[in-house]
Amino acid sequence: MEHQPFFKTGPTPLARLLIFASLSLVFLVADVRFHYLETLRQVAAVVVYPFQRLAAAPASIAGRIGEFFVTHSSLREENNRLRRENFDNAARQQQLEALQAENAHLRRLHEARGRAEVDFIAVEALYAARDPFSRKLIVDRGTQHDVRPGQPVVDERGVVGQVTRVYPWLAEVTLVTDKGQFVPVQNVRNGLRAVLAGTGNDGALDLRFIPLNADFQNGDRLVTSGIDGVYPPGLPVAQVTHVERSAAQIFARITCAPLGGVGAHSHMLIVRARQEAPPRPVEEQPSPRARKSRKG
Amino acid sequence: MADARMSRQVILLPVRTGFIVLTLIAALMMNLLPWSGTALWVKPDFVALVVLYWCIEQPRKVGFVAAWLLGLFMDVADGTLFGQHALAYSILAYAGIVLHRRVRMFSGTSQVLHVVPLLLMNDLIVLAIRTAGGAEFPGFQYFIGSFVGGALWLPLGVLLKLPQRPRHDPDQV
Repeated sequence: MEHQPFFKTGPTPLARLLIFASLSLVFLVADVRFHYLETLRQVAAVVVYPFQRLAAAPASIAGRIGEFFVTHSSLREENNRLRRENFDNAARQQQLEALQAENAHLRRLHEARGRAEVDFIAVEALYAARDPFSRKLIVDRGTQHDVRPGQPVVDERGVVGQVTRVYPWLAEVTLVTDKGQFVPVQNVRNGLRAVLAGTGNDGALDLRFIPLNADFQNGDRLVTSGIDGVYPPGLPVAQVTHVERSAAQIFARITCAPLGGVGAHSHMLIVRARQEAPPRPVEEQPSPRARKSRKG
Repeated sequence: MADARMSRQVILLPVRTGFIVLTLIAALMMNLLPWSGTALWVKPDFVALVVLYWCIEQPRKVGFVAAWLLGLFMDVADGTLFGQHALAYSILAYAGIVLHRRVRMFSGTSQVLHVVPLLLMNDLIVLAIRTAGGAEFPGFQYFIGSFVGGALWLPLGVLLKLPQRPRHDPDQV
């Protein structure tokens, strides 16, 4: 006789586990290999959005209450500092305008392409992603505010990261220290180009594939080279802190420290280039007709 | 310990579904708080803890669907691989449902000895998925959260049973 359960409870736990586990595995493979599930992720993101904002609220309220109790002296100190900085910046700004005009004029003379103009979207970090395997921030601007994947994120001192995924009202910023995040850079001192890679440790970046005899020294400043068409050229990124050359290795080990306060600031700017990079030149394929005409 | 529990039997009121949903949402919010630095390592996975609690206490009300959906939400909120938390929480829910009669036989402190390995298993599943995806082992502090979660098991049990306590002493008229 077949065993009949007294209570009807549906499939056994093991059967249910197999259903849900295989569904999760399908999701994982579809996400990692094929990137099929972005729509589903967007839908889930909209559902979680209010909770994310609500969870970030206590910290921001606490911050505001903290601001209320700032002492008079520290406010005056900050005010003085800001006034000094503003004065400095105003002087630089005047120079910059003159230089920009001169640069545009010279470029016209040389018939060179103008530099891409950029503008900025100010964002606030809601929280750092609770993922010990990567370095990411969630910020409070998304597709609705014209944020697009690939845009660089900077603070007042340098590049902090790059927008890697956008939701309607939020965006994910992968910090430059994330393992697997690369920034094409250029040495300010001598113009050498290189690729800066994150290590997964806060405050340490690696310059990859630099030959032993390449001229990199401690204290060299690295700025974005702009040859990738993603980062606008000239944004400060990092400073070389340690150079190790050993004859046993093909490449020099060069460690850098990021100039921007990576992960330390809550306010940042997303850089938006107004001008699209020119299309990649089509590789020339000598057509059979052209070859014939050359022969003839 | 078990005797003490038996002698002081309190007949609890049935749990309200609304309360379960509320606690699960609260756990999700706790996970989404802006944790950083050392707090991030020490912090237990509140969603895993509460899901495990309800799977053990109310296996007919909370199960795979809740665990799986919360896992997806965690994946979206953290920007991790889509499905890694969903898989880990599903397996956790399975363990909770299968072991619920056994775990409830034990007193509070002995329950912790069941809970910590289950939370560690949850961490190990996420770790396995991420290392398979090419990430590096983040260090042994990664597992601290599970032990903190085990330490929070008793207070959590007291807290979540509060609404089920009878309002009046049934022995008094």
